[in-house]
Amino acid sequence: MQFNINGQTHEVEADIRTSLLDLLRDHLNLTGSKKGCDHGQCGACTVLVNGRRINSCLALAVMHQDDAITTIEGVGEAGRPMQQAFVDHDAFQCGFCTSGQICSALGMVGEVKAGWPSLVTADLEATAVLTPEEARERMSGNICRCAAYPNIIDAVMDATGDGR
Amino acid sequence: MNLFEYSRPEDPSTAAKAGSADGASYIAGGTNLVDLMKLGIARPTRLVDVNRLDLAKIEWRSDGVLRIGAAARNSNLAADPGVRARFPMLSRAILSGASGQIRNVASTAGNLLQRTRCPYFYDGVSPCNKREPGKGCSATDGFNRIHAILGATDACIATHPSDMAVALLALGATVVTLKADGQTGRIALDDLYRLPGDTPNIETNLKSGELITHVELAAPPSGARQIYRKVRDRASFAFALVSVGGIVAMENGRIASAALAFGGLAPKPWRDPEVEQLLVGQAPSTEAFEAAADCLLKDAKGRGDNSFKIPLVRRTLIACLRDLTIDGAEA
Ligand SMILES: Cc1cc2nc3c(=O)[nH]c(=O)nc-3n(C[C@H](O)[C@H](O)[C@H](O)COP(=O)(O)OP(=O)(O)OC[C@H]3O[C@@H](n4cnc5c(N)ncnc54)[C@H](O)[C@@H]3O)c2cc1C
Ligand code: SF4
Repeated sequence: MQFNINGQTHEVEADIRTSLLDLLRDHLNLTGSKKGCDHGQCGACTVLVNGRRINSCLALAVMHQDDAITTIEGVGEAGRPMQQAFVDHDAFQCGFCTSGQICSALGMVGEVKAGWPSLVTADLEATAVLTPEEARERMSGNICRCAAYPNIIDAVMDATGDGR
Repeated sequence: MNLFEYSRPEDPSTAAKAGSADGASYIAGGTNLVDLMKLGIARPTRLVDVNRLDLAKIEWRSDGVLRIGAAARNSNLAADPGVRARFPMLSRAILSGASGQIRNVASTAGNLLQRTRCPYFYDGVSPCNKREPGKGCSATDGFNRIHAILGATDACIATHPSDMAVALLALGATVVTLKADGQTGRIALDDLYRLPGDTPNIETNLKSGELITHVELAAPPSGARQIYRKVRDRASFAFALVSVGGIVAMENGRIASAALAFGGLAPKPWRDPEVEQLLVGQAPSTEAFEAAADCLLKDAKGRGDNSFKIPLVRRTLIACLRDLTIDGAEA
Protein backbone atom coordinates (compact mmCIF):
# COMPACT_ATOMS: atom_id res chain seq x y z
CA MET A 1 0.00 0.00 0.00
CA GLN A 2 1.16 3.53 -0.71
CA PHE A 3 0.56 6.56 1.47
CA ASN A 4 1.21 10.27 1.44
CA ILE A 5 1.96 11.25 5.01
CA ASN A 6 3.30 14.63 6.09
CA GLY A 7 4.29 15.34 2.49
CA GLN A 8 6.28 12.12 2.07
CA THR A 9 5.38 9.01 0.13
CA HIS A 10 5.57 5.76 2.06
CA GLU A 11 5.36 2.21 0.71
CA VAL A 12 4.04 -0.02 3.44
CA GLU A 13 3.33 -3.71 3.54
CA ALA A 14 0.51 -4.16 6.01
CA ASP A 15 -2.46 -6.37 6.82
CA ILE A 16 -5.63 -5.15 5.09
CA ARG A 17 -7.28 -4.78 8.51
CA THR A 18 -4.77 -2.15 9.69
CA SER A 19 -6.36 1.04 10.96
CA LEU A 20 -4.85 4.34 9.90
CA LEU A 21 -3.80 4.85 13.51
CA ASP A 22 -1.96 1.52 13.70
CA LEU A 23 -0.33 2.23 10.34
CA LEU A 24 1.03 5.51 11.66
CA ARG A 25 2.16 4.20 15.03
CA ASP A 26 3.22 0.63 14.39
CA HIS A 27 4.43 0.75 10.79
CA LEU A 28 5.80 4.27 10.43
CA ASN A 29 6.79 4.99 14.01
CA LEU A 30 4.77 8.20 14.01
CA THR A 31 3.74 7.77 17.61
CA GLY A 32 2.48 11.33 18.17
CA SER A 33 -1.04 10.19 17.36
CA LYS A 34 -2.23 8.34 20.44
CA LYS A 35 -4.41 5.31 20.94
CA GLY A 36 -6.80 6.19 23.76
CA CYS A 37 -10.10 4.38 23.37
CA ASP A 38 -9.68 3.03 19.80
CA HIS A 39 -13.44 3.59 19.26
CA GLY A 40 -13.73 7.24 18.20
CA GLN A 41 -14.79 8.36 21.65
CA CYS A 42 -11.71 10.23 22.90
CA GLY A 43 -10.09 12.05 19.98
CA ALA A 44 -6.47 11.27 20.95
CA CYS A 45 -5.90 9.75 17.50
CA THR A 46 -7.07 12.82 15.57
CA VAL A 47 -5.16 13.49 12.34
CA LEU A 48 -5.86 15.67 9.31
CA VAL A 49 -6.88 13.97 6.07
CA ASN A 50 -6.91 16.40 3.16
CA GLY A 51 -7.06 19.10 5.81
CA ARG A 52 -10.10 17.64 7.61
CA ARG A 53 -9.84 16.29 11.14
CA ILE A 54 -10.82 12.66 11.58
CA ASN A 55 -10.38 9.85 14.11
CA SER A 56 -7.61 7.70 12.63
CA CYS A 57 -8.64 4.76 14.83
CA LEU A 58 -11.95 4.32 12.97
CA ALA A 59 -10.34 4.62 9.53
CA LEU A 60 -9.04 1.66 7.56
CA ALA A 61 -5.62 2.58 6.16
CA VAL A 62 -6.42 0.86 2.86
CA MET A 63 -9.17 3.44 2.25
CA HIS A 64 -6.77 6.38 2.51
CA GLN A 65 -4.09 5.58 -0.03
CA ASP A 66 -4.88 8.61 -2.19
CA ASP A 67 -5.25 11.11 0.62
CA ALA A 68 -2.84 13.68 2.04
CA ILE A 69 -2.46 12.71 5.70
CA THR A 70 -1.02 15.12 8.26
CA THR A 71 -0.11 14.02 11.77
CA ILE A 72 1.11 16.10 14.69
CA GLU A 73 4.66 15.38 13.48
CA GLY A 74 3.85 17.12 10.19
CA VAL A 75 1.77 20.15 11.15
CA GLY A 76 4.81 22.35 10.41
CA GLU A 77 4.81 26.14 10.43
CA ALA A 78 1.03 26.29 10.10
CA GLY A 79 0.69 24.40 13.37
CA ARG A 80 3.39 26.26 15.31
CA PRO A 81 1.19 29.03 16.81
CA MET A 82 -1.29 26.44 18.13
CA GLN A 83 1.52 24.32 19.59
CA GLN A 84 3.10 27.38 21.21
CA ALA A 85 -0.25 28.49 22.65
CA PHE A 86 -0.70 25.06 24.28
CA VAL A 87 2.74 25.48 25.93
CA ASP A 88 2.07 29.09 26.94
CA HIS A 89 -1.30 28.27 28.50
CA ASP A 90 -0.23 25.05 30.19
CA ALA A 91 -2.99 23.36 28.20
CA PHE A 92 -2.15 19.83 29.36
CA GLN A 93 -1.07 17.86 32.37
CA CYS A 94 -0.12 14.33 31.31
CA GLY A 95 0.00 15.30 27.62
CA PHE A 96 -1.58 12.13 26.25
CA CYS A 97 -4.46 13.88 24.53
CA THR A 98 -2.41 16.89 23.40
CA SER A 99 -1.43 15.91 19.88
CA GLY A 100 -5.03 14.98 19.17
CA GLN A 101 -6.23 18.24 20.72
CA ILE A 102 -3.84 20.26 18.55
CA CYS A 103 -4.67 18.43 15.31
CA SER A 104 -8.36 18.75 16.15
CA ALA A 105 -8.00 22.46 16.91
CA LEU A 106 -6.21 23.06 13.60
CA GLY A 107 -8.98 21.27 11.71
CA MET A 108 -11.63 23.07 13.72
CA VAL A 109 -10.17 26.50 12.89
CA GLY A 110 -10.39 25.57 9.21
CA GLU A 111 -14.07 24.67 9.68
CA VAL A 112 -14.81 28.05 11.27
CA LYS A 113 -12.95 29.80 8.43
CA ALA A 114 -15.06 27.85 5.94
CA GLY A 115 -18.13 29.28 7.70
CA TRP A 116 -19.41 26.02 9.15
CA PRO A 117 -21.88 26.46 12.01
CA SER A 118 -21.90 24.44 15.22
CA LEU A 119 -24.76 23.37 17.48
CA VAL A 120 -24.29 26.48 19.63
CA THR A 121 -24.27 28.90 16.68
CA ALA A 122 -27.43 30.92 17.41
CA ASP A 123 -28.08 32.03 13.84
CA LEU A 124 -27.36 29.22 11.41
CA GLU A 125 -27.21 31.65 8.50
CA ALA A 126 -24.79 34.12 10.08
CA THR A 127 -21.02 33.89 9.63
CA ALA A 128 -19.60 31.73 12.39
CA VAL A 129 -17.28 33.49 14.85
CA LEU A 130 -15.06 31.53 17.20
CA THR A 131 -15.98 32.30 20.81
CA PRO A 132 -14.97 30.25 23.86
CA GLU A 133 -18.46 28.71 23.88
CA GLU A 134 -18.08 27.79 20.21
CA ALA A 135 -14.62 26.37 20.84
CA ARG A 136 -15.91 24.18 23.68
CA GLU A 137 -18.69 22.74 21.54
CA ARG A 138 -16.49 22.23 18.49
CA MET A 139 -13.72 20.57 20.52
CA SER A 140 -16.06 18.17 22.37
CA GLY A 141 -14.71 15.19 20.42
CA ASN A 142 -11.42 15.51 22.30
CA ILE A 143 -11.53 14.25 25.84
CA CYS A 144 -8.88 15.32 28.36
CA ARG A 145 -8.58 12.88 31.25
CA CYS A 146 -6.77 15.53 33.32
CA ALA A 147 -9.57 18.03 32.60
CA ALA A 148 -7.23 20.75 31.34
CA TYR A 149 -10.20 22.09 29.40
CA PRO A 150 -10.11 25.74 30.58
CA ASN A 151 -6.47 26.06 29.50
CA ILE A 152 -7.08 24.20 26.24
CA ILE A 153 -9.83 26.69 25.36
CA ASP A 154 -7.56 29.59 26.36
CA ALA A 155 -4.82 28.19 24.12
CA VAL A 156 -7.17 27.73 21.18
CA MET A 157 -8.55 31.25 21.55
CA ASP A 158 -5.04 32.68 21.88
CA ALA A 159 -3.74 30.87 18.80
CA THR A 160 -6.68 32.10 16.76
CA GLY A 161 -6.04 35.70 17.73
CA ASP A 162 -8.92 36.02 20.17
CA GLY A 163 -6.99 35.40 23.38
CA ARG A 164 -8.65 36.46 26.61
CA MET B 1 -11.33 -8.48 13.17
CA ASN B 2 -11.96 -11.07 10.48
CA LEU B 3 -10.18 -10.95 7.13
CA PHE B 4 -12.00 -9.40 4.18
CA GLU B 5 -11.61 -8.64 0.52
CA TYR B 6 -11.65 -4.95 -0.28
CA SER B 7 -12.97 -3.37 -3.45
CA ARG B 8 -13.51 0.22 -4.47
CA PRO B 9 -15.82 0.29 -7.49
CA GLU B 10 -16.12 3.45 -9.57
CA ASP B 11 -19.80 3.25 -10.52
CA PRO B 12 -22.97 2.43 -8.58
CA SER B 13 -24.09 -0.52 -10.72
CA THR B 14 -20.77 -2.35 -10.23
CA ALA B 15 -21.06 -1.56 -6.52
CA ALA B 16 -24.62 -2.89 -6.29
CA LYS B 17 -23.49 -6.16 -7.86
CA ALA B 18 -20.44 -6.44 -5.60
CA GLY B 19 -22.62 -5.58 -2.62
CA SER B 20 -24.98 -8.47 -3.24
CA ALA B 21 -22.22 -11.09 -3.00
CA ASP B 22 -22.23 -13.41 0.01
CA GLY B 23 -20.82 -11.76 3.12
CA ALA B 24 -20.50 -8.35 1.46
CA SER B 25 -21.04 -5.06 3.22
CA TYR B 26 -20.80 -1.49 1.99
CA ILE B 27 -18.45 0.81 3.79
CA ALA B 28 -18.68 4.61 3.68
CA GLY B 29 -17.10 6.56 6.55
CA GLY B 30 -16.56 3.34 8.48
CA THR B 31 -17.21 5.08 11.80
CA ASN B 32 -19.80 2.51 12.78
CA LEU B 33 -18.83 -0.51 10.72
CA VAL B 34 -15.11 -0.49 11.56
CA ASP B 35 -16.00 -0.11 15.22
CA LEU B 36 -18.29 -3.17 15.04
CA MET B 37 -15.72 -5.14 13.05
CA LYS B 38 -13.04 -4.47 15.66
CA LEU B 39 -15.36 -5.97 18.24
CA GLY B 40 -16.18 -8.94 16.04
CA ILE B 41 -19.88 -8.01 15.98
CA ALA B 42 -19.91 -7.28 12.25
CA ARG B 43 -17.96 -9.83 10.21
CA PRO B 44 -18.20 -8.91 6.55
CA THR B 45 -15.95 -10.97 4.30
CA ARG B 46 -16.07 -8.39 1.51
CA LEU B 47 -16.00 -4.65 1.94
CA VAL B 48 -17.34 -2.57 -0.92
CA ASP B 49 -16.11 1.00 -0.55
CA VAL B 50 -18.76 3.49 -1.76
CA ASN B 51 -16.53 6.55 -1.61
CA ARG B 52 -15.63 6.52 -5.31
CA LEU B 53 -19.18 6.39 -6.65
CA ASP B 54 -19.62 10.13 -7.08
CA LEU B 55 -22.45 10.07 -4.55
CA ALA B 56 -21.22 12.92 -2.34
CA LYS B 57 -23.12 15.78 -3.96
CA ILE B 58 -25.83 17.89 -2.33
CA GLU B 59 -27.97 19.30 -5.13
CA TRP B 60 -31.21 21.25 -5.53
CA ARG B 61 -33.34 20.06 -8.38
CA SER B 62 -35.27 22.61 -10.41
CA ASP B 63 -38.52 21.40 -8.78
CA GLY B 64 -37.16 22.43 -5.38
CA VAL B 65 -36.30 18.91 -4.22
CA LEU B 66 -33.04 18.54 -2.32
CA ARG B 67 -31.08 15.51 -3.47
CA ILE B 68 -28.51 14.42 -0.92
CA GLY B 69 -25.85 11.97 -2.05
CA ALA B 70 -25.53 8.82 0.06
CA ALA B 71 -21.83 9.52 0.53
CA ALA B 72 -22.19 13.22 1.36
CA ARG B 73 -20.43 13.82 4.67
CA ASN B 74 -22.60 14.75 7.63
CA SER B 75 -20.50 17.88 8.21
CA ASN B 76 -20.93 19.08 4.62
CA LEU B 77 -24.66 18.47 4.73
CA ALA B 78 -25.06 20.39 8.01
CA ALA B 79 -22.98 23.30 6.66
CA ASP B 80 -24.65 23.51 3.24
CA PRO B 81 -26.02 27.06 2.97
CA GLY B 82 -29.29 25.91 1.37
CA VAL B 83 -29.84 23.28 4.06
CA ARG B 84 -29.16 25.81 6.80
CA ALA B 85 -31.67 28.21 5.26
CA ARG B 86 -34.47 25.79 4.36
CA PHE B 87 -33.98 22.76 6.60
CA PRO B 88 -32.43 24.25 9.76
CA MET B 89 -33.69 21.31 11.85
CA LEU B 90 -31.61 18.98 9.71
CA SER B 91 -28.47 21.04 10.24
CA ARG B 92 -29.16 21.20 13.98
CA ALA B 93 -29.86 17.48 14.24
CA ILE B 94 -26.61 16.58 12.50
CA LEU B 95 -24.61 19.12 14.49
CA SER B 96 -26.01 17.68 17.72
CA GLY B 97 -24.64 14.24 16.85
CA ALA B 98 -21.22 12.69 17.44
CA SER B 99 -18.14 14.97 17.17
CA GLY B 100 -16.54 17.21 14.55
CA GLN B 101 -14.13 14.42 13.64
CA ILE B 102 -16.86 11.81 13.19
CA ARG B 103 -19.20 14.11 11.25
CA ASN B 104 -16.32 14.82 8.88
CA VAL B 105 -16.34 11.22 7.64
CA ALA B 106 -19.82 9.94 8.52
CA SER B 107 -22.02 9.66 5.42
CA THR B 108 -25.74 10.13 4.82
CA ALA B 109 -26.44 6.42 4.22
CA GLY B 110 -24.07 5.24 6.94
CA ASN B 111 -25.76 7.52 9.44
CA LEU B 112 -29.21 6.14 8.55
CA LEU B 113 -27.96 2.55 8.82
CA GLN B 114 -25.88 2.88 11.99
CA ARG B 115 -26.61 0.14 14.52
CA THR B 116 -27.97 0.48 18.02
CA ARG B 117 -25.82 1.51 20.98
CA CYS B 118 -27.35 -1.13 23.29
CA PRO B 119 -24.41 -2.08 25.52
CA TYR B 120 -25.35 -5.78 25.47
CA PHE B 121 -25.30 -5.79 21.68
CA TYR B 122 -21.90 -4.14 21.83
CA ASP B 123 -20.29 -6.29 24.51
CA GLY B 124 -20.22 -9.31 22.23
CA VAL B 125 -20.98 -11.86 24.98
CA SER B 126 -24.33 -11.17 26.67
CA PRO B 127 -27.37 -12.91 25.21
CA CYS B 128 -28.71 -10.61 22.49
CA ASN B 129 -31.36 -11.49 19.90
CA LYS B 130 -30.10 -8.83 17.55
CA ARG B 131 -26.56 -10.21 17.52
CA GLU B 132 -27.45 -13.88 17.94
CA PRO B 133 -31.12 -14.58 17.16
CA GLY B 134 -32.82 -16.84 19.68
CA LYS B 135 -30.37 -16.20 22.53
CA GLY B 136 -32.68 -13.84 24.41
CA CYS B 137 -32.46 -10.19 25.32
CA SER B 138 -30.28 -9.07 28.21
CA ALA B 139 -31.74 -5.60 28.30
CA THR B 140 -35.41 -6.33 29.10
CA ASP B 141 -34.48 -7.18 32.69
CA GLY B 142 -31.06 -5.54 32.65
CA PHE B 143 -29.65 -2.04 32.56
CA ASN B 144 -32.04 -0.43 30.12
CA ARG B 145 -31.75 3.29 30.72
CA ILE B 146 -31.19 4.11 27.03
CA HIS B 147 -33.75 1.63 25.71
CA ALA B 148 -37.07 1.96 23.94
CA ILE B 149 -40.48 2.80 25.41
CA LEU B 150 -42.37 2.53 22.10
CA GLY B 151 -42.36 -0.02 19.28
CA ALA B 152 -40.25 -2.57 21.17
CA THR B 153 -41.01 -6.21 21.92
CA ASP B 154 -39.71 -8.60 24.55
CA ALA B 155 -37.32 -9.83 21.87
CA CYS B 156 -35.51 -6.50 21.68
CA ILE B 157 -35.89 -3.06 23.22
CA ALA B 158 -32.93 -1.37 21.51
CA THR B 159 -33.26 2.19 20.18
CA HIS B 160 -32.10 3.58 16.88
CA PRO B 161 -29.42 6.11 17.76
CA SER B 162 -29.40 8.53 14.82
CA ASP B 163 -30.20 12.21 15.24
CA MET B 164 -30.10 12.96 11.52
CA ALA B 165 -32.72 10.30 10.78
CA VAL B 166 -35.17 11.95 13.18
CA ALA B 167 -34.98 15.26 11.32
CA LEU B 168 -35.18 13.53 7.94
CA LEU B 169 -38.25 11.58 9.07
CA ALA B 170 -40.09 14.72 10.19
CA LEU B 171 -39.16 16.32 6.86
CA GLY B 172 -40.66 13.36 4.98
CA ALA B 173 -37.47 12.09 3.33
CA THR B 174 -37.43 9.47 0.60
CA VAL B 175 -34.54 7.03 0.27
CA VAL B 176 -33.45 6.26 -3.29
CA THR B 177 -31.69 2.97 -3.92
CA LEU B 178 -30.09 0.88 -6.62
CA LYS B 179 -30.66 -2.87 -6.56
CA ALA B 180 -28.29 -5.55 -7.79
CA ASP B 181 -30.48 -6.11 -10.87
CA GLY B 182 -30.07 -2.46 -11.87
CA GLN B 183 -33.56 -1.34 -10.76
CA THR B 184 -33.94 1.85 -8.78
CA GLY B 185 -36.04 1.80 -5.64
CA ARG B 186 -37.76 4.55 -3.67
CA ILE B 187 -38.62 4.01 -0.01
CA ALA B 188 -40.21 6.48 2.39
CA LEU B 189 -37.72 6.80 5.25
CA ASP B 190 -40.33 5.48 7.69
CA ASP B 191 -40.52 2.26 5.65
CA LEU B 192 -36.75 1.84 5.49
CA TYR B 193 -36.76 0.61 9.07
CA ARG B 194 -38.53 -2.43 10.51
CA LEU B 195 -39.79 -2.83 14.03
CA PRO B 196 -38.12 -5.71 15.88
CA GLY B 197 -41.09 -8.07 16.22
CA ASP B 198 -39.39 -11.39 16.93
CA THR B 199 -36.61 -10.81 14.38
CA PRO B 200 -34.66 -7.84 15.74
CA ASN B 201 -31.66 -8.95 13.69
CA ILE B 202 -33.48 -7.75 10.54
CA GLU B 203 -33.46 -3.98 10.84
CA THR B 204 -34.39 -2.61 7.42
CA ASN B 205 -36.46 -3.44 4.37
CA LEU B 206 -33.45 -3.18 2.06
CA LYS B 207 -32.83 -6.21 -0.15
CA SER B 208 -29.46 -7.92 -0.11
CA GLY B 209 -26.97 -5.64 -1.83
CA GLU B 210 -29.43 -2.77 -2.21
CA LEU B 211 -27.29 0.35 -2.39
CA ILE B 212 -28.57 3.65 -1.06
CA THR B 213 -27.67 6.30 -3.63
CA HIS B 214 -29.57 9.38 -2.46
CA VAL B 215 -31.96 10.80 0.07
CA GLU B 216 -34.52 13.28 -1.26
CA LEU B 217 -36.35 16.05 0.56
CA ALA B 218 -39.25 18.04 -0.83
CA ALA B 219 -39.39 21.74 -0.03
CA PRO B 220 -40.94 22.38 3.41
CA PRO B 221 -44.25 24.28 3.67
CA SER B 222 -43.38 27.94 3.43
CA GLY B 223 -43.35 29.84 6.68
CA ALA B 224 -43.24 26.66 8.78
CA ARG B 225 -41.10 26.74 11.89
CA GLN B 226 -38.62 23.95 12.52
CA ILE B 227 -36.97 22.67 15.67
CA TYR B 228 -34.62 19.89 16.74
CA ARG B 229 -34.21 19.44 20.45
CA LYS B 230 -31.98 16.75 21.96
CA VAL B 231 -31.88 15.83 25.64
CA ARG B 232 -28.83 13.92 26.81
CA ASP B 233 -26.54 13.21 29.74
CA ARG B 234 -23.91 15.76 28.77
CA ALA B 235 -24.20 18.92 26.72
CA SER B 236 -22.14 17.69 23.78
CA PHE B 237 -20.83 14.45 22.23
CA ALA B 238 -23.47 12.12 23.67
CA PHE B 239 -26.33 10.15 22.15
CA ALA B 240 -29.90 11.34 22.73
CA LEU B 241 -31.95 10.12 25.66
CA VAL B 242 -34.89 11.64 23.84
CA SER B 243 -35.03 14.03 20.93
CA VAL B 244 -37.80 15.81 19.07
CA GLY B 245 -37.69 17.07 15.51
CA GLY B 246 -40.67 19.13 14.49
CA ILE B 247 -41.97 21.31 11.71
CA VAL B 248 -45.21 23.23 12.17
CA ALA B 249 -47.01 25.73 9.95
CA MET B 250 -49.56 28.16 11.42
CA GLU B 251 -52.53 29.82 9.74
CA ASN B 252 -54.77 32.39 11.40
CA GLY B 253 -53.56 31.41 14.83
CA ARG B 254 -54.18 27.70 14.30
CA ILE B 255 -51.90 24.80 13.46
CA ALA B 256 -52.20 24.21 9.71
CA SER B 257 -49.74 21.33 9.47
CA ALA B 258 -47.48 19.48 11.89
CA ALA B 259 -44.83 16.83 11.43
CA LEU B 260 -43.12 15.46 14.53
CA ALA B 261 -40.46 12.79 14.83
CA PHE B 262 -38.79 11.40 17.92
CA GLY B 263 -35.39 9.92 18.72
CA GLY B 264 -34.36 7.75 21.64
CA LEU B 265 -37.87 6.36 22.09
CA ALA B 266 -38.09 3.42 19.73
CA PRO B 267 -36.22 0.88 17.59
CA LYS B 268 -36.56 3.32 14.72
CA PRO B 269 -36.94 7.06 14.43
CA TRP B 270 -40.56 7.43 15.52
CA ARG B 271 -43.43 9.27 13.91
CA ASP B 272 -47.08 8.96 14.85
CA PRO B 273 -49.60 10.41 12.36
CA GLU B 274 -52.35 10.36 15.01
CA VAL B 275 -50.43 12.83 17.14
CA GLU B 276 -50.05 15.15 14.18
CA GLN B 277 -53.72 14.86 13.17
CA LEU B 278 -54.74 15.73 16.70
CA LEU B 279 -52.82 19.00 16.50
CA VAL B 280 -53.96 20.18 13.09
CA GLY B 281 -56.70 22.80 13.32
CA GLN B 282 -56.00 23.51 16.99
CA ALA B 283 -55.00 26.83 18.46
CA PRO B 284 -51.83 26.40 20.52
CA SER B 285 -52.72 25.63 24.15
CA THR B 286 -51.34 23.58 26.99
CA GLU B 287 -54.39 21.31 26.76
CA ALA B 288 -53.84 20.64 23.06
CA PHE B 289 -50.16 19.93 23.61
CA GLU B 290 -50.88 17.62 26.55
CA ALA B 291 -53.44 15.75 24.48
CA ALA B 292 -50.79 15.29 21.79
CA ALA B 293 -48.33 13.94 24.37
CA ASP B 294 -51.00 11.59 25.80
CA CYS B 295 -51.65 10.27 22.31
CA LEU B 296 -47.94 9.75 21.60
CA LEU B 297 -47.47 7.88 24.86
CA LYS B 298 -50.68 5.83 25.00
CA ASP B 299 -48.81 2.57 24.35
CA ALA B 300 -45.56 3.58 26.04
CA LYS B 301 -43.99 0.94 28.25
CA GLY B 302 -41.21 1.72 30.69
CA ARG B 303 -39.05 -1.16 31.85
CA GLY B 304 -37.42 0.31 34.91
CA ASP B 305 -34.31 2.26 34.15
CA ASN B 306 -35.85 3.82 31.05
CA SER B 307 -39.22 4.75 32.58
CA PHE B 308 -38.00 8.33 33.07
CA LYS B 309 -38.24 8.77 29.30
CA ILE B 310 -42.05 8.86 29.51
CA PRO B 311 -42.27 12.13 31.49
CA LEU B 312 -39.11 13.43 29.80
CA VAL B 313 -40.44 13.17 26.27
CA ARG B 314 -43.79 14.57 27.40
CA ARG B 315 -42.11 17.71 28.71
CA THR B 316 -39.77 17.97 25.72
CA LEU B 317 -42.62 17.64 23.24
CA ILE B 318 -44.73 20.26 24.98
CA ALA B 319 -41.78 22.67 25.14
CA CYS B 320 -41.06 22.13 21.45
CA LEU B 321 -44.70 22.65 20.47
CA ARG B 322 -44.72 25.88 22.41
CA ASP B 323 -41.62 27.11 20.59
CA LEU B 324 -43.04 26.02 17.25
CA THR B 325 -46.40 27.72 17.62
CA ILE B 326 -46.16 30.70 19.90
CA ASP B 327 -44.82 33.97 18.52
CA GLY B 328 -41.82 35.22 20.36
CA ALA B 329 -40.81 31.71 21.44
CA GLU B 330 -37.52 30.36 20.09
CA ALA B 331 -37.80 29.34 16.44
C1 LIG C 1 -18.14 8.02 19.63
C2 LIG C 1 -19.32 8.14 18.71
C3 LIG C 1 -20.37 8.98 19.04
C4 LIG C 1 -21.46 9.11 18.19
N1 LIG C 1 -22.50 9.93 18.55
C5 LIG C 1 -23.58 10.04 17.71
C6 LIG C 1 -24.69 10.87 18.05
O1 LIG C 1 -24.71 11.54 19.09
N2 LIG C 1 -25.74 10.92 17.20
C7 LIG C 1 -25.76 10.20 16.04
O2 LIG C 1 -26.73 10.30 15.29
N3 LIG C 1 -24.73 9.41 15.70
C8 LIG C 1 -23.65 9.31 16.51
N4 LIG C 1 -22.62 8.48 16.18
C9 LIG C 1 -22.78 7.58 15.04
C10 LIG C 1 -22.32 8.18 13.74
O3 LIG C 1 -23.24 9.18 13.34
C11 LIG C 1 -22.28 7.02 12.72
O4 LIG C 1 -21.21 6.18 13.08
C12 LIG C 1 -22.10 7.49 11.31
O5 LIG C 1 -23.14 8.35 10.92
C13 LIG C 1 -22.04 6.29 10.37
O6 LIG C 1 -21.75 6.75 9.07
P1 LIG C 1 -20.55 6.07 8.24
O7 LIG C 1 -20.57 6.65 6.88
O8 LIG C 1 -19.27 6.17 8.97
O9 LIG C 1 -21.08 4.57 8.20
P2 LIG C 1 -20.31 3.20 8.00
O10 LIG C 1 -19.72 2.78 9.30
O11 LIG C 1 -19.42 3.27 6.81
O12 LIG C 1 -21.56 2.27 7.63
C14 LIG C 1 -22.63 2.06 8.52
C15 LIG C 1 -23.59 1.08 7.85
O13 LIG C 1 -24.17 1.66 6.69
C16 LIG C 1 -23.99 0.80 5.56
N5 LIG C 1 -23.85 1.67 4.38
C17 LIG C 1 -23.00 2.72 4.24
N6 LIG C 1 -23.20 3.34 3.06
C18 LIG C 1 -24.20 2.64 2.42
C19 LIG C 1 -24.87 2.80 1.16
N7 LIG C 1 -24.56 3.79 0.31
N8 LIG C 1 -25.85 1.93 0.84
C20 LIG C 1 -26.20 0.92 1.70
N9 LIG C 1 -25.58 0.73 2.89
C21 LIG C 1 -24.60 1.58 3.25
C22 LIG C 1 -22.76 -0.01 5.88
O14 LIG C 1 -22.77 -1.25 5.19
C23 LIG C 1 -22.92 -0.20 7.39
O15 LIG C 1 -23.79 -1.27 7.65
C24 LIG C 1 -21.50 8.36 16.99
C25 LIG C 1 -20.44 7.53 16.65
C26 LIG C 1 -19.36 7.42 17.49
C27 LIG C 1 -18.23 6.51 17.11
S1 SF4 D 1 -32.22 -4.74 23.47
FE1 SF4 D 1 -31.89 -5.70 21.47
S2 SF4 D 1 -29.76 -5.21 21.08
FE2 SF4 D 1 -30.02 -4.97 23.29
S3 SF4 D 1 -29.59 -6.98 24.23
FE3 SF4 D 1 -31.77 -6.93 23.79
S4 SF4 D 1 -31.88 -7.92 21.78
FE4 SF4 D 1 -29.79 -7.26 21.99
